[in-house]
Amino acid sequence: MRIPELQPKGDAPVLVDAGDVPPPIAPKSPRAITWARRKRSFLRVWAVYRSNKMGMWGLYILAFFIAVAVFAPLIASKEGLDPTCACTGTPFSPPSLHFPFGTDNFGRSVLTLTIWGSRISLVVGLVATLISIVIGSLIGIIAGYRGGWSETALMRLTDWFLVIPFLPLAIVLVSVLGRSLAVIIIVIGVTSWPSTARVVRAQVLSVKTRPYVERSRALGAGSWHLIGRHILPNVGPLIFANTIILIAIAILSESALAFLGLGDPLSISWGTVLEFAFGAGAAGAGQWWWLVPPGLAIVFVVLAFTMCGFALDEILNPKLRER
Amino acid sequence: MSLLSVRDLTVTYQTQTGPVPAVRGVSFDIDRGEVLGMAGESGCGKSTVVNAIMRLLPPKAKVGGEVLLNGEDVLKMKPGRLRAVRWTEAAVIFQGAMHALNPVQRIGDQIAEAIVIHGQSSERQALVRVGALLEQVGLPPRRLNDYPHELSGGQKQRVMIAMALACSPSLVIADEPTTALDVMVQAQVLKLLNELQHELGLAILFITHDLSVLVEVCDQLAIMYAGKIVEEGSSVKVFGQPAHPYTSALAGAFPAIGDHRFRLAPSGLGGDPPQPEAIPSGCSFHPRCPLAFEECPVTEPQLYPAGDGRKAACLLIEHGASIGAQP
Amino acid sequence: MGTRKYLLGKILQALLTLVFVLFFNFFLFRVIPGDPAALLLRGSAAFNPQNLAQATQDLGLDKPLPTQFVVYVKDTLTLNFGQSFYLRGQPVSSVIGNKIWPTVLLVGTSTIASTIIGLIIGIYGGWKHGSTFDVTSLGFTLFAYAMPEFWFGIIILMMFAGGVGIFPSLFPTGGYETPAAGLTGFSHAVDVLNHMALPFFVLTVAYLGEYAIIMRNSLIDILGDDFIVTARAKGLREKEILWRHSVPNALLPTMTVTLLSLGFVFSGAITIEYVFSWPGLGWLTVQAIDNKDFPLLQGLFLLFSAAVIIANLVADVLYSYLDPRVRAA
Repeated sequence: MRIPELQPKGDAPVLVDAGDVPPPIAPKSPRAITWARRKRSFLRVWAVYRSNKMGMWGLYILAFFIAVAVFAPLIASKEGLDPTCACTGTPFSPPSLHFPFGTDNFGRSVLTLTIWGSRISLVVGLVATLISIVIGSLIGIIAGYRGGWSETALMRLTDWFLVIPFLPLAIVLVSVLGRSLAVIIIVIGVTSWPSTARVVRAQVLSVKTRPYVERSRALGAGSWHLIGRHILPNVGPLIFANTIILIAIAILSESALAFLGLGDPLSISWGTVLEFAFGAGAAGAGQWWWLVPPGLAIVFVVLAFTMCGFALDEILNPKLRER
Repeated sequence: MSLLSVRDLTVTYQTQTGPVPAVRGVSFDIDRGEVLGMAGESGCGKSTVVNAIMRLLPPKAKVGGEVLLNGEDVLKMKPGRLRAVRWTEAAVIFQGAMHALNPVQRIGDQIAEAIVIHGQSSERQALVRVGALLEQVGLPPRRLNDYPHELSGGQKQRVMIAMALACSPSLVIADEPTTALDVMVQAQVLKLLNELQHELGLAILFITHDLSVLVEVCDQLAIMYAGKIVEEGSSVKVFGQPAHPYTSALAGAFPAIGDHRFRLAPSGLGGDPPQPEAIPSGCSFHPRCPLAFEECPVTEPQLYPAGDGRKAACLLIEHGASIGAQP
Repeated sequence: MGTRKYLLGKILQALLTLVFVLFFNFFLFRVIPGDPAALLLRGSAAFNPQNLAQATQDLGLDKPLPTQFVVYVKDTLTLNFGQSFYLRGQPVSSVIGNKIWPTVLLVGTSTIASTIIGLIIGIYGGWKHGSTFDVTSLGFTLFAYAMPEFWFGIIILMMFAGGVGIFPSLFPTGGYETPAAGLTGFSHAVDVLNHMALPFFVLTVAYLGEYAIIMRNSLIDILGDDFIVTARAKGLREKEILWRHSVPNALLPTMTVTLLSLGFVFSGAITIEYVFSWPGLGWLTVQAIDNKDFPLLQGLFLLFSAAVIIANLVADVLYSYLDPRVRAA
């Protein structure tokens, strides 16, 4: 579970807020001008993104899995998760018309487990990443913007967290704090922020010295105004690209923790399904239908997020674009 | 027979949006011991000419015409022959101040490598020769143990010159050798090149966008615009009395060396050089030309004789007008 | 002079990080819900109030926190990590020590193998980038990256050690050696290798993608550099350009990653050791989790972190010797 971290290569291009061509029809308020400009730069990025095959395939796969997670109750009844449900079949039966992915040791449909597992896996990935991004961005922005001793202290802390191996740290934290969904989310969130903090700080440092920020400061703009109006919009695209890759890592982390028996015993994710299956000896008994669907689901979701992340990275780093 | 004879050279890059012409029919000759300067704004195709002569262009570039080096067409050579000719008959002085040197290899090894792969001596003897070469370019021989980052910009440029001389080529192509150097260092490098040229009887093709550099070292001058040569002739004449409006403007941008009338009223050129994918019709210079008339967007000018052995690609010359006198 | 200062700075940083980990480790295991003394005696016949008080005293839990910390640091420096809960009475240091060799053997060899194979794939893909080989290997690499390694392990286990597939039961399902076979010498080595084959393969495949991608991207970067054009103009063959000029430059970032991954030589195979019942540190970690053996977990975590910190330091130091540019800085 190691990934080359997303670093700004050289000066990342400014996607918003740079001196841009004036719009054909000038809107009235400055806010409207800003929004019109942001809309245009978003459309420009989207146009480049759409021409990226890898990125588009990533989006299609993601759209499929998100649809499955959102409409899970419509596709498969939640009762199918209950081992005592009358809808269960013969335990360990291979794929059939009634159970396309076969059944588990309780006779539950593996398809139902995989469909409902997508909810937990995706939610853990998204919420944990959100936590990680908020912490990382805050620390990165404060360190980059404030400078001085607070920068030194925050970056030292970042380096410490960066050096401590992730999985052992997460294992120790979950063991100590107890097993629940919230703990898993928080643990993944608070252990994966350092790379974001570093990337964001580097970008803030480069934005901070741009002439229009200095001009704004000279005109008497306060810290909140500078951060909100100039720094955040410029760091935003980079944070976003970083987020995409972090979600993939968070989903992989959740599956590993769940597989090691540290998952929430009450909720079903792809990782916990694999843990049950392995614990019940599915590998030795050759019950491949129990092992393959949840595993492939992880592979495709992680692959999709990674592909989107690579595509965004190419757009944000022009140096890579020509490849 | 000329040492280097380039005949109707064309280079077209194949891109996703279609073919883009970078060099559109360039011909020139360099005799033994002669120095030809080639100038033009960035993007006019002069560096592409260098890379085409040495066949260093990427495969997506289609090259046409002939590049005769000692009468042999470089463009038609088999790979083995091409490798043998590279550096032994024609060598390049790249922009040393930039990244033309391998950052993780000692400079001595990088120079010696050229000598060894061309079988001119063993590795041990090659290092002796490298010491001598470094001395020749004004560096202490012990610097051969240095890595590129330990040298200043000027010193790196000297190393590049020493490297170009390693296999005693008769032709040296200097591709912007003084760009990105301080003015004082520029002067030292130019002086060194001048001395070496006289001492070794080198033929040099000198590429730059800085006209003031060329006047000091070149016998002949060629001015390029949008992938074509627009004026050529002896450097004194081309500078003193430009026959093409573009040369006038270019010389005018260097008041100290150009026509003395421009010296008093220096003027840059309006507009930008054309993009290779959208070269104007007729004379490619006409949108920026102060003297353009109706025929210019229609007829593409050839190189017409403009007196004193000069040639210029301007319809006014064909009509017998004198350009240099007009502001 | 500059080098010495640089190195001293790096060593100081590493020491500071170790101190941070010590602090962290100490306080983390003080917030455990439940009484450690009770956990130690849990389920044993000796579980009575008197023994509990005795255990509390033995563990030093009756003393104030700062004193406990001093004791903890002193113990840690003398490699005294306390007693394992679940292997009652055994010192944590010897429990860990017994499991180091299998892990180092497995992770060490697969790290070397994945580095070598990954570099070759990356070099070839970057050199011929855009070729069928490049596109295929990139797709494979991305897929390998997206796979949870434990899942890949389970599938391989099922196909080559379980009862299905083309080669059912080709390899043993797990463990380090055939138990009670009493093999020695060469036949013992073959037996161990036979047990190691599957986890080794899984780890190698799981790790090589990272090396391949980094090597490929940095090689493509380097191939666009001016000094490659210089080398070509000098009359070098394409292969000479690749091996003498491109690869040495592109190797530096890859070397760093390899050196850093040495830090995971203890903790890099936690899930895989579990899948293949490979009796190493990762397997021990899972035992510690399942049995809530906090002293053991604490010791393992300290070892895992220290390995990474030291590997980081070694990488920094070696890098400064390998790259002439850093050496001067």
